[in-house]
Amino acid sequence: MPKKWPARPGKKAPWWGYLFFYMLLIGLWQLLYMLGVSLEWWKPYAFPNPAGVWQSLLSLSRDWNLLRAILYSLSRAALGFLLACLIGAVLGLLLLKLQLLSRYLKPLIMGVQTLPSICWVPFAILWFGLNQQAILFVVVMGSAFSIALAVESGMRNIDPIYVKAARTMGASGSKLIFRVIFPAALPNLLSGLRQGWSFGWRALMSGEVMSSAIGLGHTLMMGRDLADINQVMLVMIVIILVGVAIDKGVFSSIEERVLRQRGLA
Amino acid sequence: MLELQNLCMQFENAKHATLKNINLQIPEGSFTCIVGASGCGKSTLLNLIAGLTLPSSGSILLDGQPISGPGRDRVMMFQESALFPWLTVLENVCFGMKINNVPKAKQLEIAGHYLDMVHLSRFRDYRVHELSGGMKQRAALARALCMDSKILLMDEPFSALDKQTTNLLREELAQIWQQTKKTIILITHSVEEAVFFADRVLFLSEETANIAGEYVIDLPRPRHIESPEFIRYRQDILYQVRNEVEKIEHAEEMAG
Repeated sequence: MPKKWPARPGKKAPWWGYLFFYMLLIGLWQLLYMLGVSLEWWKPYAFPNPAGVWQSLLSLSRDWNLLRAILYSLSRAALGFLLACLIGAVLGLLLLKLQLLSRYLKPLIMGVQTLPSICWVPFAILWFGLNQQAILFVVVMGSAFSIALAVESGMRNIDPIYVKAARTMGASGSKLIFRVIFPAALPNLLSGLRQGWSFGWRALMSGEVMSSAIGLGHTLMMGRDLADINQVMLVMIVIILVGVAIDKGVFSSIEERVLRQRGLA
Repeated sequence: MLELQNLCMQFENAKHATLKNINLQIPEGSFTCIVGASGCGKSTLLNLIAGLTLPSSGSILLDGQPISGPGRDRVMMFQESALFPWLTVLENVCFGMKINNVPKAKQLEIAGHYLDMVHLSRFRDYRVHELSGGMKQRAALARALCMDSKILLMDEPFSALDKQTTNLLREELAQIWQQTKKTIILITHSVEEAVFFADRVLFLSEETANIAGEYVIDLPRPRHIESPEFIRYRQDILYQVRNEVEKIEHAEEMAG
């Protein structure tokens, strides 16, 4: 336990620190693998190892297979996320505007939100078959509701004094919404979108492992079909890295800019 | 001229009325201060005048026209600046004019004038979080003045500031009022502040939910809080306000 509570966030380590740490981790992983093989804890093909993962990377990179899978998955995720944003925004605004509807509908939406998105897969297959639409459907279902809830609570929980001040200056209707309520809610909305994206990305993988469409999920399952544990491991790592890259590179950086502008970060 | 007629306000689920039968006339160009203990309903009264809340009964007339909602002719300033953190100082000051479709060039001209008046010209491109508490209230004042409203409503605008900043801003507001001769209604819990600003001080009592005292302050401006006349006014009002409170308490004891 840190001595001070709340503990202050530690200083960010230098880049070579991260490099060193992860190189060390990979080295230990390789050692563990070799130790396990020599003591016959596991068969060489049953446990992933860094060298094997590297081999998989090389073989999957030939013919741009891996890159193609990443791009297909990303474009699918982006399209699904965009649709989810539209649906989420409309639904969220409806919940905000129609108090009575909101009271009855919100528990249902919260309930559906807790449903793991893989549970939508059988439903999607029955409706659309094993195809693109089914995957898209799962992505939208996975993220739209969380975005809707974020829009509703984000717009509701702004400091009322902004609205008061703006109204005494003559703001009302759409001017009040777009020039005051929306910008005031922007930090909340952004963190809602970020969460929606991460739900969507997970949902996409549940959808893709079931289908035969080109994508990371499919490549992952191909590894299983080939009983190639290194390929499975590699694709898992790629899925993590892509997820982190979008989260940090897109959402985090926008969020940080907005917060810094307001002196909140 | 602002006119309050038989104004009553009782909130849902409240046992007693917050305001009962308030009748009041506030002439154009006057500086009126409303004092009272916290919870006496003075903020409610200001919100009613602003049109942010609607009265249970009675009416408020501005130049003979009934008030039915908020409007740019009654701009309000709050204890917190209520500046928008996503805009710069200049954009904040222009906000009301922009909403009301004032041409851009005119906006900048007016904003520049009032930013000068509150000594914030150098900080026009700052973000709100880069300003001190006093600077925030100055910016909020400039934003309000730019609206050229008929009435400026101020809800304890200085009570979140330290003593020194408060004194400085009081002097500045008194000067600005003398330059602009705007109708100002200012709420405060400080009798000293009320005497410093007001043509007329109204004492709002929680017990009667009405105006329990009215004092015309006939002092030349600029006023000095250390002058004997000033102190006499202040003591006088404090004494009477105390009397008023005690009288009511006494009456309640007799009744109970």
